[in-house]
Amino acid sequence: MKASAGGYARASSLRNALEMLAASDGNGRVLAGGQSLVAALNLRLSAGDVLIDISRLSELSGVTETQDGLRIGALTSHAEIGRNPLIRQSAPLLSQAVEFIAHAAIRNRGTMGGALAHADPAAEFPACVLALGATLHVEGLNGSRDIPVEDFFQDIFETAIEEGEILTGLSVPKAEPGEKQVIVEVARRSGDYALAGVCLVTRADGHRLSLFSVGPKPVLAEGAMAALDQGNIDGAVQALQAEIDPPSDTQASAAYRRHLAGVLLRRAAARIEGGNA
Amino acid sequence: MTEMFRDKIDISLTVNGEPVEARVPAGQHLVDFLRGELGLTGAHASCEHGVCGACTLKVDGKAVRGCLMLAAQADGADVWTVEGLSDLGAIKDLQDVFVERNALQCGFCTPGMLVAINELLEAGGMPSRDQIREHLSGNYCRCTGYEAIVDAVESVARVRAHKGAA
Repeated sequence: MKASAGGYARASSLRNALEMLAASDGNGRVLAGGQSLVAALNLRLSAGDVLIDISRLSELSGVTETQDGLRIGALTSHAEIGRNPLIRQSAPLLSQAVEFIAHAAIRNRGTMGGALAHADPAAEFPACVLALGATLHVEGLNGSRDIPVEDFFQDIFETAIEEGEILTGLSVPKAEPGEKQVIVEVARRSGDYALAGVCLVTRADGHRLSLFSVGPKPVLAEGAMAALDQGNIDGAVQALQAEIDPPSDTQASAAYRRHLAGVLLRRAAARIEGGNA
Repeated sequence: MTEMFRDKIDISLTVNGEPVEARVPAGQHLVDFLRGELGLTGAHASCEHGVCGACTLKVDGKAVRGCLMLAAQADGADVWTVEGLSDLGAIKDLQDVFVERNALQCGFCTPGMLVAINELLEAGGMPSRDQIREHLSGNYCRCTGYEAIVDAVESVARVRAHKGAA
């Protein structure tokens, strides 16, 4: 179908975008790469929105090294995340995830910030940043806020970004020496959304494990993390299967997704043990 | 609010190397603008939600979905369609091998395939069959079944890699 848009304006700066958002009477939608938003407009899942195009704001793009981590601008494309040497070195989970996200032409325009703000529970990046313990940066006309990732994803397509705010970027801690990061998923075809997926990070102070496509938002599996910390993989699989409540749909049943989550956790753990992470 | 947001947007861009100026509706896809306003009907609008790849275009040097980019967003952009790449001769070897190998039947997906493959081949090197399949995973063909397409891409990549090495 054809997109239905109530209007369009290109922002000249972040401040300008925030002013337009405030003036849009709640009808404003922030347009970055558009790889989910324009698809939604085409499918008429949303109609009459006024589009605030932030895609040219160079201030929101790129990856920089900070004292203890990396700061990733919201407009950094999936393709750039995939080839960025700082990310490959310090947050390899994100580099690995790019290979699972859609297709080359979509990765060229899709943005990290767009993926996080859209908060599709089947998407890879939200689960990755949850596993990494990221901090999300949002800005409104009254100033900026930092949101811990544990508080950011709230429900299907719902985040802690408030009316009038724009996600400007995120910070992720740098991988410690010896830290391992792995993402595994099962999808029916290359580039499809996963039936289930797992992100596993091992740090000196313990494991972090997140899952996607198993509920209305990415899940941090704390019971399974505690079992992994004790070296108990069977216990971790059991704990994991008890702490998720996956949906049944035309792609897979809840029971199959729960089974798959356990299989994927074992695969991720084996990858880390095998040193292929 | 009405002053800030426009229903019609003035854009100025280059398409296949030629300057173009136009006034486009806010919700018009880039591929519809190229097809309907400029008569460049090579790229096809098909699924219109980014799945099938028939609308693939080259924008500012990168392959993109023509149905997931608004014409309004192409202001200032350098856009190439299969017609332009064809006129330049940039994909002649690929087109010839597609015919030779019977890598198309109805041809509906072929323009998007060619633009997507062009991006892979421009990156240089010799991609494996797996890499070719992965790169084309976002381009659906409903009649040939891909094997001949992968063969065609592989043989062009091999010839280009040899030329590069020579």
